[in-house]
Amino acid sequence: MGISPVLWQFLVKWLNASALFPSEASTIAPYMDALYFFLLAITFVGVFLVATLLVVFSVRYRKTVHPVARQIEGSTLLEATWTIIPLGLFLICFVWGALLYFRIYNPPVNSMNIYIVGKQWMWKAEHPGGQHEINALHVPTGQPIQLTMISQDVFHSFSIPAFRIKREVIPGRYSTVWFQATTPGQYHLFCTQYCGTNHSAMIGTITVLSPADYKKWTEESTSGMSLAQNGERLFASMGCNACHSGNAAARGPSLAGVYGSTLRLTNGSQVLVNDAYLRDAILNPSQHVTSGYTPIMPTYQGQISEDGLIDLVEYLKNLNSNDRVQQTLTTTQSEQAAPPASGVVKP
Amino acid sequence: MSAPSPTILNLPDQSSATMPKKNFINAEHGLLSWLLTGDHKRIAILYLISITVFFFIGGAFAGLIRLELLTPQGDLVSSDTYNKLFTMHGIIMVFLFLVPSVPATIGNFLIPMMVGARDLAFPKINLLSWYLYVAAGIMMLTAMAQGGVDTGWTFTTPLSTHYLNTHVVTTACAVFIAGFSSIFTGLNFIVTIHRMRCPGMTWFRLPLFVWAHYAASILMVLGTPVLAITLVLVGMERIFGIGVFDPTKGGDPLLFQHLFWFYSHPAVYIMILPGMAVISEVVSTFARKRVFGYTAVAFSSVAIALFGFFVWEHHMFIMGVSNYSALVFSLLTMLVAVPSAIKIFNWCFTLQQGSITFETPMLYAFGFMGLFTIGGLTGVFLGSLGMDIQLTETYFIVAHFHFVMVGGMLMAFLSGVHFWWPKMTGRMYPESLSKLAAVVTFIGFNLTFMPQFILGYLGMPRRYHAYPQEFQVLNVLSTAGATVLGVGYLLPVLYLAWSLKYGAIAGDNPWQATGLEWQTQSPPLTENFTEIPIMDHEAYDYEWLEHKTQHEVTHVG
Amino acid sequence: MDSTIANPQVGHDTAEQEHEHVFVPQHRHHFATEEQQREAGSFGMWLFLLTEIMFFGGLFFAYLLYRNWYYDAFVAASNTCSVPLGAANTAILITSGFFMALAMWAAEVRKKKTLVITLICTMLFGFAFLGIKTVEYHEKWVEHHIPGASFDVSEFVNPAAYGLHAQPLAPDAAQKTQLFFFLYFAMTGMHALHMIIGLGILFWLLYRAQRGDFTAGYVAPIENFALYWHFVDIIWVYLFALFYLVNLHPLAH
Repeated sequence: MGISPVLWQFLVKWLNASALFPSEASTIAPYMDALYFFLLAITFVGVFLVATLLVVFSVRYRKTVHPVARQIEGSTLLEATWTIIPLGLFLICFVWGALLYFRIYNPPVNSMNIYIVGKQWMWKAEHPGGQHEINALHVPTGQPIQLTMISQDVFHSFSIPAFRIKREVIPGRYSTVWFQATTPGQYHLFCTQYCGTNHSAMIGTITVLSPADYKKWTEESTSGMSLAQNGERLFASMGCNACHSGNAAARGPSLAGVYGSTLRLTNGSQVLVNDAYLRDAILNPSQHVTSGYTPIMPTYQGQISEDGLIDLVEYLKNLNSNDRVQQTLTTTQSEQAAPPASGVVKP
Repeated sequence: MSAPSPTILNLPDQSSATMPKKNFINAEHGLLSWLLTGDHKRIAILYLISITVFFFIGGAFAGLIRLELLTPQGDLVSSDTYNKLFTMHGIIMVFLFLVPSVPATIGNFLIPMMVGARDLAFPKINLLSWYLYVAAGIMMLTAMAQGGVDTGWTFTTPLSTHYLNTHVVTTACAVFIAGFSSIFTGLNFIVTIHRMRCPGMTWFRLPLFVWAHYAASILMVLGTPVLAITLVLVGMERIFGIGVFDPTKGGDPLLFQHLFWFYSHPAVYIMILPGMAVISEVVSTFARKRVFGYTAVAFSSVAIALFGFFVWEHHMFIMGVSNYSALVFSLLTMLVAVPSAIKIFNWCFTLQQGSITFETPMLYAFGFMGLFTIGGLTGVFLGSLGMDIQLTETYFIVAHFHFVMVGGMLMAFLSGVHFWWPKMTGRMYPESLSKLAAVVTFIGFNLTFMPQFILGYLGMPRRYHAYPQEFQVLNVLSTAGATVLGVGYLLPVLYLAWSLKYGAIAGDNPWQATGLEWQTQSPPLTENFTEIPIMDHEAYDYEWLEHKTQHEVTHVG
Repeated sequence: MDSTIANPQVGHDTAEQEHEHVFVPQHRHHFATEEQQREAGSFGMWLFLLTEIMFFGGLFFAYLLYRNWYYDAFVAASNTCSVPLGAANTAILITSGFFMALAMWAAEVRKKKTLVITLICTMLFGFAFLGIKTVEYHEKWVEHHIPGASFDVSEFVNPAAYGLHAQPLAPDAAQKTQLFFFLYFAMTGMHALHMIIGLGILFWLLYRAQRGDFTAGYVAPIENFALYWHFVDIIWVYLFALFYLVNLHPLAH
């Protein structure tokens, strides 16, 4: 009796199409796999050891050949051995894992930043050049990419198994992760934190392109305005330029070059101005008052979407001088005011 | 001289054996005598029946989940239904089965007998504990009948507080009540073990079963109230819209995570320690030897309980917690793994120089040791920070906790039920059928959950209704295993029920075990002992047992 | 519901020979001696109080976190809590605890009338506490300080308009006062719930005390309830400090 050739073909095709091990498509993947195999090795050794002890003792001391048991209290030497050796192995796993963790969650300085906004039940990727993607992400090889992520509603988790990276995407604060892709191709993107009805549909495709292809893609897919340009519009239309005009007598501090600097606040503390700080300062301004200024900035909680906040943050990151701010100031004050930019959300 | 028999089973002569004329089962008659009892043994039986019911409800949900996962598309049930299935499977299995399984059934039955007391310290609170359990179960069923809940058993905010319109509050209430059932059980055990040991029963003469339950009880008493208040906060946030966990109102969703896991991590030790308690007794009895390294095993139980309180953040490594706090918790997680390893090796070495037989409880105990080793070591994968990034929130986690909970705890529970079945009922279960069930369970279990480790590293997320095509083969294997596993669990219900009427009469001590509970009749008297015993020998003292048996043989009458 | 015993006389005779104590009618048969029963009951109550500490602990932790994050809002909100009323409540509750301690003594020395009177006083002061709490909660309702739809931050944003001398808060900071008030209601509410349950038990104890149940050598329920009552008292002292006394400068302008 043989298997029908049709069935056999189906089985072969099915098995070939099935995965047993994820592809390694990032620079960190081999390091992750190395730790994985080490842990697997320890597990096999441990299980083998326990199984051997069980089988050997069971056979050697089964009642039919060893009818009388000898009472043994214990052995301090053995206790010490099987305390210290497992502890030692586990501590190796701890150190190795910790190094890997710090590596994955501390991006290199020259990373290209891409924003990710997660919401029920889709991923939005926003490239600085203004390219927007839904449930997809195009990245070049050979370049460290940092993802700055936030959720619009509940907890999500951004996972690319082939890159061996994953990070929770949380409402209310940015989380980051970085990677450097090595092999062009298409890879799975999953949401791995249960987020409601269509959690399993919150998946996408990561497309890795060669640098040349990536350049072509960015040129072809831009919607016109970069994030920073959009942010500039918002900055004017929300009236931020009124206080943050860069004038000497302005009610708010100048924001040119503020990104990356260290600010002294009214409560005496010193803070590093990063993405999280900027976002928080827009939403909770009274806790982020620069020294020498009064807490008069209104909160924009509920008035700007996460996308809008990202635009503003990106704008401020690239703001080096206040010239254009001054220009937009006069424009908004003129009779021909610019129409409101996208990203404004009415509560 | 004939060859020694391959079993230590020593049943009385069946042609003349009878059940003891007076025992706790026939001491009083009528439903009310059971529903208003203070007898810890009757309460244990009440618990046994109720948790079995909920086990099969939770198991049915698991069956549906695995059925859905046969195909990559979500084609058996809708997404919302699937989400409800895995949520309710988790809640029922964790709170209505695993947490009370060994403590409330076997622990309740045996702890007073093992310490030489007539009952637990607070029999009325014991009964209250059962009623709270039943109330929680009914509330849970109500929530299900009303349409179910789909938060996941972890009730993650802000999903559970602001983004779902299912019966979250009812379910949270049910879990809250079940929590108090657990707290009262633990409280009862602690007071009993401290204050009601019979004369001569020092701490280090207690069976290791009691030590492990003591450790689990500490966790129950100290950890569960934190879950209670967390659920209250979730309920209030849902009902009154306060922003404790809502970032738009200044709250912090991560606060929920800390509060929830502060209980839910010790909860896993609440679930496993009683299982380990059973294994100590079973391995000792079927190897005819004192447990190797008694003191080490006793202290390991307490160490697990203590360390277990300080590792909760390992469930949150990728959630944006400070990298340095993650370091601390990873280190502590590695430390908490060590006492479990110590216990496994001590049990293995209990076999050395022993006289081993392979009755069903021992088979389950062997299954436990192998599967718990695998499950525990995969926990080390997850405790290692970098590795956790790849593995967390995938099927690796699902496989890990099913290995320790089902391959570990559930096997230990079955081991204990079979081991003490003759003591509780006075009847013996059918040995060949039970061995078959044990083997079927072992095979089914491995087939179900081994593929899930591979799926996890591949990246298949958990709680997924539909998945990419290339994961199908492994899912099909897993479902096939689940079918076999289902059969393995159904068999004991059938033959144990059968044995109540047709099983062999067991006699006082069919396993020839040490331990005070085996020195009384089966089933025991309501008051356990006619006279409070005086403990004058160590635990697992087979020489004492030998001497006592000879003494009884030569001094009849 | 007591377990039946095959040989009750055996157990009791041995106990009496060894300890020569009076056989109290409330002796439960699963305990070897009455001493054991009393110690077990007391231990059980201490353990239960430990669970209560863990229960409140979650709320205290949330308070810790948010006070640290939103200190200014917490200060402003705390200043709306009436210190005189809070202090009065503290004194009332401590007095109630004092009467409970007296009740314990009365039970031990078997003075039934004193026991009944002190239990009544404990209860009266307990009710007084709840009465003042009701007044305070009502005040909060009137001032729109109950978190939820009716919550109003204007008092914090523009205190001058309300005739208050406080520092105004920025609107986003003022929103955070809602967290303070939520914790206020959650924690004092949980505390009040425990007090109500305690008062219920106190009624029952009073009834039994009047019957003479606790002045014949069996004092365990009074003893254990006293533990519970003192615990509730201690929780209040912490709540008073944490909610009423944040950054208080009574002698400042």
